[in-house]
Amino acid sequence: MATEEKKNAAGGEKELALDDERRVKVLSPGALVAKRFFRNRLAMVGLIILVAMFVFSFLGGVISPYGESQIFEDYEEVVTDFAGATRNTDYRFYEKESGLIPSGARTSLILAVNNGDSTYTSGDNSYSIQQIGNEDSWIISGTTPVATVDKLAGKYIIKSDEIEVTEQLTADFTAAAEAGETSFVSGGETYTISGSNRNYTISSMMELGIGSKTVLETENNSYEFMKAALTAMGEGQKSFTVDGTSYTLNVEDNNGAVYNGSDEVATLSAYSIKGVENGTVISTELKTRILEAIAENENTFTFADSEGNEVEYEMKRENDRYTIRTASSSKLIQTYLAPSKTHLLGTDGAGMDIMTRLMYGGRISLIIGFVVVILETIIGVILGGLAGYFGKWVDMVIMRIVDIFYCIPTWPILIILGAIMDSYQIGPKVRIYFMMIVLAVLGWPFITRIVRGQILSLREQEFMVAAEATGISVSRRVFKHLVPNVIPQLIVQCTMGLGNIILTESTMSFLGIGVKFPYASWGNIISSVSNVYVMTNYWYCWIPAGFLILITVLGFNFVGDGLRDAFDPKMKR
Amino acid sequence: MRKFVVRRLVISVFILFFVALIMYTIMRCIPTSFVEAQARQLSQLPGAKSYEEWLAQLNANYHLDTGIFQGYIQWLGDALTGHFGDSWYWNKPVLEKFGSSIWYSFALGALSFVLEVIIAIPLGILAARKQYGMADYVITVVALVGISLPTFFFATILKYIFSIKLGWLDLYGIVGRYYNQLSGMGKFLDMAKHMILPTATLVIVSVGSLMRYTRTNMLEVLNADYIRTARAKGLSENVVINKHAFRNTLIPIVTLLGGSLPGLFSGAMITETLFQIPGIGYVSYQAMTNGDIPFYMFYSCFLAILTLLGMLISDILYAVVDPRVRFD
Repeated sequence: MATEEKKNAAGGEKELALDDERRVKVLSPGALVAKRFFRNRLAMVGLIILVAMFVFSFLGGVISPYGESQIFEDYEEVVTDFAGATRNTDYRFYEKESGLIPSGARTSLILAVNNGDSTYTSGDNSYSIQQIGNEDSWIISGTTPVATVDKLAGKYIIKSDEIEVTEQLTADFTAAAEAGETSFVSGGETYTISGSNRNYTISSMMELGIGSKTVLETENNSYEFMKAALTAMGEGQKSFTVDGTSYTLNVEDNNGAVYNGSDEVATLSAYSIKGVENGTVISTELKTRILEAIAENENTFTFADSEGNEVEYEMKRENDRYTIRTASSSKLIQTYLAPSKTHLLGTDGAGMDIMTRLMYGGRISLIIGFVVVILETIIGVILGGLAGYFGKWVDMVIMRIVDIFYCIPTWPILIILGAIMDSYQIGPKVRIYFMMIVLAVLGWPFITRIVRGQILSLREQEFMVAAEATGISVSRRVFKHLVPNVIPQLIVQCTMGLGNIILTESTMSFLGIGVKFPYASWGNIISSVSNVYVMTNYWYCWIPAGFLILITVLGFNFVGDGLRDAFDPKMKR
Repeated sequence: MRKFVVRRLVISVFILFFVALIMYTIMRCIPTSFVEAQARQLSQLPGAKSYEEWLAQLNANYHLDTGIFQGYIQWLGDALTGHFGDSWYWNKPVLEKFGSSIWYSFALGALSFVLEVIIAIPLGILAARKQYGMADYVITVVALVGISLPTFFFATILKYIFSIKLGWLDLYGIVGRYYNQLSGMGKFLDMAKHMILPTATLVIVSVGSLMRYTRTNMLEVLNADYIRTARAKGLSENVVINKHAFRNTLIPIVTLLGGSLPGLFSGAMITETLFQIPGIGYVSYQAMTNGDIPFYMFYSCFLAILTLLGMLISDILYAVVDPRVRFD
């Protein structure tokens, strides 16, 4: 390199002879074209744009720290409704076994309490109620069947799972049944008899459960515990014992908390507290704290959560209803973030980095453009070459096919195929391949026309006559002598065609029939403007993509234009 | 001359026959399950025909039960007598919908066509006269930018500036909110106002190619011997350009413009869709994205006829305008 330069510098002083090899070399047609091309300012601008675009699209994706469809999420503190506390005005039932107190009996309890009755009937059963202390809590007892009796050959056979069948019981029952009484006493218990003369049912008065307006919240579901707690609350006891475990009850402002040692195991209050969302766990301690806040009319309070962090809670009152609000961290997709250092062009509606999407989109647009142009050129050169060289009926047939394809309207076909692919939910990758093929099949005629036209005029020139005279084969004549002469025109047209294909592709993607999510394309990035709110407020979602399409296509057009001028200087005055 | 026209006509009919065959074949290649699913969906719309009726109608229109070629011939017979069937999406005869929308498209197309010609030809000539001058560069760049602009992007920018930022024009539609309360003149002005943005979009996007075409042809003419002769005999530059050069440039331009006349009816699908102008482009876009096969068949055949007509007109004009061309 250096020696060559030296030689040139040395030779520069001497006058070059007209037939000097170096001078001839400088004037070679290829160099002339290049010289004319590089002198064209517009073409150079176009070339720089294209190089920049290629770097941006193909290197950008590698350099960018983000993925093509990486979604950015963030945890954000949002004050939301956490729980609600409502003053309980209905009876709650704590049953010995679930289902013991039927709904009819539950409703009738209210009536009985209001009337001051201590017994009432509901359906076929009778119930008695007994108040616990001064609270609105009632122990409900009712008759439940405990045994069945079959009369076989004059003897009564009592069957029971609940009570022990003793001879005394049988004797007492027999006496009562023979006498036609509806109740009898045996072993200190009162039983009632119902049924016909063959099948009887013996029922006994049993404690069924408690109906109370006090809300008892606990994880210990044993009836004994609940009853003991409610009784202690009602009678103002400070402690009670269930199953050998002793509990202490601490009552403040009508709100009670039950402790087992220092662990809080239950709360008793007039408020029912429920999480707003299903599955929210509210610990007993927190419940106590909420009740305390209600009792003391606090607007805010803090409470240490299980990890020991102080969490602030807000109380909002609405008649008898309190809403407890707290800041909770929820996962948010970062949509429409404004441009910043981490996201140079912000994020789009799906929370993806727009800059990165643009890079990958450019890659897809350029690849589609090149593949389609290459396919078109292959079809176009072969058919155009055949038509131009052979002429006559071959030309006739091929050109009619070209005419037919030229008349096929592109958009209706693209749209209807898109609609069908939509309804079959064809994968986005397949769609891209399919799109390339369809665009190539619809686009080759213009290349064929150019090639044929060029070859028609070249065929008549002297060098072709000379080539024919040397007797070389047809394929050599066509592909060695004719086609290379067509290439300049072809390059110009292909360069401009590339721009057009990128336009078509982006329009298709914009309309939603081209490249689809998760793949990025400049067109489908802009398609977010179909939402006017996005168009108005988030310019960075669509303007950069539009400009990229514009300058890329412009680059191809500038270069194509420059090449045309460079190859064909006749136009220059 | 007559022989030439007749020959071109015969070729056109021949091409149209095969274009329609291809469209029909594509339609037949659509999986049956798609057609059936569409028919089922359609039958569930309020006031729609029943599923069986839709299928029967489809069969009647497109002869789906026969072979492709046989079905095509039968369908062609129907189409030639003007039976294109009912649109699935619009739920009324295709031709009726076409008739009610085509004039919007024509108005839009004609308006932008006239503007294009008025803008492109003088600028193209100017660029050719000042080749490689400042004016030429500016015009070339503007033309190429216009060619390279994606329609949807440019339309959005116009909307953004004139509808959202300045608030002068409406975002969508062909008529304003108070259209029905306006007088006759007011109605016309209201529509005209709604045509401004679509027309601007169409003109800017498509003026470039005509501009470049004019420039190229003007350059070719300016390099011709008879221009040198005109200059040599001392005619003023104005006479040379306006009389000798311009008239000769008109030959290819008139041919091109004549050829694009039928295209005025084809509807600007993208522009109409973006501005929701109820022209044939928007109407058919909506129908086709919903897989409306009758509308697809009609619209694509319509477009093919327009393209062929354009080719025919430009061929004939070429021969008529330039007496040097002989028909053979």
